[in-house]
Amino acid sequence: MAEVKLKNVTKVFGKVMAVKNFSLDIADGEFIILVGPSGCGKTTTLRAIAGLEEVTSGEIYIGERLVNDVPPKNRDIAMVFQNYALYPHMDVYRNMSFGLRLRKVPKAEIDKVVKRTAELLGIRELLDRKPKELSGGQRQRVALGRAIVRNPKVFLFDEPLSNLDAKLRIAMRAELLALHQRLKTTTIYVTHDQMEAMTMGDRIVVMNEGIIQQADHPQTVYDHPVNRYVAGFIGSPGMNFVECTIAKKNGDLYARSKGMELLLPKDKTKSVEKYVNKEAILGMRPEHISDTQTVKQFEPGTNFKASIWVVEPLGSEKIVHIKNEDDTLVARLDPHVQLKSGDTAEFTVRMDLAHLFDKETEETIF
Amino acid sequence: MTERMNKVLSRGLLHTFIIFIAILWLVPTIGILITSFRPAQDVASSGWWTVVGNIFNQTQFTLRNYRIVLSRLGIGRAFLNSFTITIPSTIIPLAIALFAAYALAWMRFFARTYIFMIMIALLVVPLQMTFIPILRIFNRSNLAGTFPGIWLAHSGYGLPLAVYMLYNFVSGLPKEIFDSASIDGASTFHIFLRIVLPLSVPIIASLIIFQFLWVWNDLLVALIYLGGTPDVAPITVQISSLVGSYGQDWELLTAAVFISIVPSLLIFFGLQRYFVRGILAGSIKG
Repeated sequence: MAEVKLKNVTKVFGKVMAVKNFSLDIADGEFIILVGPSGCGKTTTLRAIAGLEEVTSGEIYIGERLVNDVPPKNRDIAMVFQNYALYPHMDVYRNMSFGLRLRKVPKAEIDKVVKRTAELLGIRELLDRKPKELSGGQRQRVALGRAIVRNPKVFLFDEPLSNLDAKLRIAMRAELLALHQRLKTTTIYVTHDQMEAMTMGDRIVVMNEGIIQQADHPQTVYDHPVNRYVAGFIGSPGMNFVECTIAKKNGDLYARSKGMELLLPKDKTKSVEKYVNKEAILGMRPEHISDTQTVKQFEPGTNFKASIWVVEPLGSEKIVHIKNEDDTLVARLDPHVQLKSGDTAEFTVRMDLAHLFDKETEETIF
Repeated sequence: MTERMNKVLSRGLLHTFIIFIAILWLVPTIGILITSFRPAQDVASSGWWTVVGNIFNQTQFTLRNYRIVLSRLGIGRAFLNSFTITIPSTIIPLAIALFAAYALAWMRFFARTYIFMIMIALLVVPLQMTFIPILRIFNRSNLAGTFPGIWLAHSGYGLPLAVYMLYNFVSGLPKEIFDSASIDGASTFHIFLRIVLPLSVPIIASLIIFQFLWVWNDLLVALIYLGGTPDVAPITVQISSLVGSYGQDWELLTAAVFISIVPSLLIFFGLQRYFVRGILAGSIKG
């Protein structure tokens, strides 16, 4: 167990800067998630921590030790790969014990650890099978077991669940969390799936184009995104963005687009004041848009009319795509709401939970 | 329906073709086999196919040809020489090629691609062009007419193809396996020994077959670098001299040829089972 510190880590491949000035302190025992689209530098960062990639500049500490020049095998880490990377010619037992055998751990000890870990992962009866005889989920467990037996200071996961089918992925997600609660090993987990990021991490680090956008608790990132990118990346369906102009009427501020005029909360006036008569981007989460059939009481000035474009009933909720002039919005509504394609209906927005972004910098205004 | 018909038809055609090829190759071989067991006077008076009608008549077969060939004509000695030449000439180039392929595929070093390209370019150099210069070097360094000399020569000739084929295979192994092994604590040499080597068994087996057959059946290289001295001459050289000095003795020639075929067949059938397809299945999800 150890903390991991990255100080101004930069990695350049030829002319491409994959990771820019990445600084992050990861606490001992923390489950941290690096999330972002493909090519955002998250895997490169992970491989740099593993020692598989040399950093161009910056420092990486595992525990108290600067590990920049330490080879992967001496960093006391274990890594699980997206495609498992099992040794195809070895059975499960030998796959799991490979690292320990190389480290000349006594045979009896290896046997004990491997069997105990196999028990923990429910693969005890697979120990004499070859990887090709296993299903995807079983292979992933073996890969996990191979990491656990080494009892490393840090676990590194590189999209470990993305080769599994949806159902298994959700089950393994819970298992990984349970495992982490039990072992309490510092874990760095890379994924492009924002759902995985939200559900698993103590903290999530949203990356884009090699730069950390935001690193915080999942709920904080969800509720208070620092910029438009993070706001759009986290959450499913994604946040609605509407280009608008800020207008001042009778001392109140409004976000005005072609077909809507929404009253901005009074307590936010101060931060918005300087955008009056300028353009901004209004961000609204689908669950903060409701139809006025269901929500009969709402703040005046937070409603607008729109036509229903597509209705997706999901059983537990209805995802409704609505059109207001040039803007298409997605609303997450009560499953029993009576709306069908082509209808016109009135909607209301929880403006106290909405966000406003600067159009130029895309930074959050509130 | 028509698709099914097409499939059956094309498969039928393919099978017919393969059977035709097999017969084409088998008939002369069977002819040699039968002739090698027939007495000299029979061979001189009738063709081997005359036996086919009454194959169970034991009196028309004899082991005398084999006895003469093995004891009196130096074929026994040549047979051993052939092994002495072939085994190191197979192992040495393959061992070197394995190390080279691994290094070229997975290690970063100066001028790596150029070295590889030069090696591959050597594939097109005709054997015959090398005889005179190499023989001169061998003569000067007393390697001509010795086993180490021919080991060197065969290793040189076999290396480019072996490196090329092994490189293709080894570089196709999934990168994550190497990453994973190096995190697990394996050194470069360990990765080679415990990951690359076991995974390369099928390709190594095929290369052993290629190289073994090539060296075992080689007449030209042996004749050039070893000469005809019975101490060192391989079986191919001895058989060719049988044709020269015993032009009439077909029955002896066929017996000698059959003896020379046996190790090739053993090697082939022995290693064939290592051509296991899909040995990599299960390591990486496709």
